[in-house]
Amino acid sequence: MLNIALPKGRLGEKVYSMFDRAGFPCPALMENSRKLIFDNEKAGVRYFWVKPSDVAIYVERGAADIGVAGKDILLEYRPEVYELLDLNVGKCRMAVAAPESFRDRPDRTLRVATKFSRIARDFYSSRGRDIDIIHLNGSIEIAPILGLSDVIVDIVETGTTLRENHLEVIETIVPISARLIANKSGFKFKTEQIEQLTEEIRKEVEEA
Amino acid sequence: MQIEDRVMDEQERIGFLLRSLYAEYGYSRYRMSKFEEYDLYSRNKDFLFSEGVITFTDTNGRLMALKPDVTLSIVKNTRDAAGTLQKMYYHENVYRVASAEDGFREMTQVGVECMGGVDRACVAEVLKLAAESLQACSPEYVLEISHLGMLEAFVDSISTDGKMREELLQCVVEKNRHGIHRILRENGAAEAAGEPLRELMGLYGNPKTVMPRIRALAEKNGTAEYADELGQAAAAFAGTGAEGRIRIDFSASGDVKYYNGIAFKGFISGIPGSVLSGGQYDRLMNRMGRKDRAIGFAVFLNMLERLTEGGRENA
Repeated sequence: MLNIALPKGRLGEKVYSMFDRAGFPCPALMENSRKLIFDNEKAGVRYFWVKPSDVAIYVERGAADIGVAGKDILLEYRPEVYELLDLNVGKCRMAVAAPESFRDRPDRTLRVATKFSRIARDFYSSRGRDIDIIHLNGSIEIAPILGLSDVIVDIVETGTTLRENHLEVIETIVPISARLIANKSGFKFKTEQIEQLTEEIRKEVEEA
Repeated sequence: MQIEDRVMDEQERIGFLLRSLYAEYGYSRYRMSKFEEYDLYSRNKDFLFSEGVITFTDTNGRLMALKPDVTLSIVKNTRDAAGTLQKMYYHENVYRVASAEDGFREMTQVGVECMGGVDRACVAEVLKLAAESLQACSPEYVLEISHLGMLEAFVDSISTDGKMREELLQCVVEKNRHGIHRILRENGAAEAAGEPLRELMGLYGNPKTVMPRIRALAEKNGTAEYADELGQAAAAFAGTGAEGRIRIDFSASGDVKYYNGIAFKGFISGIPGSVLSGGQYDRLMNRMGRKDRAIGFAVFLNMLERLTEGGRENA
């Protein structure tokens, strides 16, 4: 049996439909119920929904053999997992955004508000820029408006929220999409099952 | 009077079992102090498993560290032994950062180090000892072997740029084959240049099945000698009963600044990460002014804590 951690929410539902089409269905998963774990013994899979940012933890710690996590989470937390496939869904980008009137002054320490401290630090240190990281857990867009930070580093999907708050993307750091990840040890002992599932999902991705 | 099993916990029992195994193979115990001068670690930061060392100032004013690693101390405190072979084992506690949230932890390691005239027979013996160490922990294990010289040659054929090489090697560790294409695209290189490396990453599994394909690929890329070394390393298990537990897998990599040649990792069913890690580290020896060669591995005993409740039940 393969334990699969899926991210709760719209992305998770989209991903599950890929698994379903690839031959690993579990219809109970999409029914409204209070159940947390869903088995399909015949297909050899057991699914469970978890908070998107927790998927990598479940997989790294072996509670799930495989899972689906955003590249943003993988870059930020660097879990010890295999990244087997780019699912090409949940596409967005990690970007630097600032108020429309923003002019960078390289002689000053740049104040960066973000949920993704590591990504921001790596990005600016590769340019030798001194920054002051302001770690926030949400509503990042408000930080430069209130003068808490000069810029933000955050995920940008359509850019609507930014525009509505008079912010604009000034640089893209890295494109983001959902990835199929696997526990390293689990992969050794369930190689064939994981390979078979990966191959079927790969076909789904290519057809999409 | 004999020591009874029931007075030992799983970590202690396996620790003593492994020490007996290594002593039986002619390895002698290497004991060391819990402290070492901090300078040793600051000069070789990347060799350590994690960033961060617990430091304190000794009574004579020197900055000391609680050992985060054993191998560096052994290399520093033993002498060049070219022509001879020093075979040592240790059973020590080390102090590392487990994760940023968890802070420092004390961890117990048992391991072996061979320094001096390390030849193919010595590499084979160390690999066999690694397999026997895993077997002593659980019969449900996998030992995966790779060759860093070969892997490096494939990466170098794409680029010798430091940052790009590092990113490509990270992709290999993650089995991230799509990442290779992305890196090439971002650096303005043709995706086709990454195909041999992608193919190499995809060749993992039982040596009998994958070695012929690895040899064929190596012939084309001028790394036949490395493929030969890898083949010989895997052949060391012929007739040992461990053959079915050995895999070739290039994701079992190490930092190429320190390691070279054969590298390996051990896994046990039900334990999420690798419980054993090792390889040839001639480059570390070289960086520390030594001319002789070396190979060794460590078993992370703290990872075996849950073996009885998780590993064996799941196995």
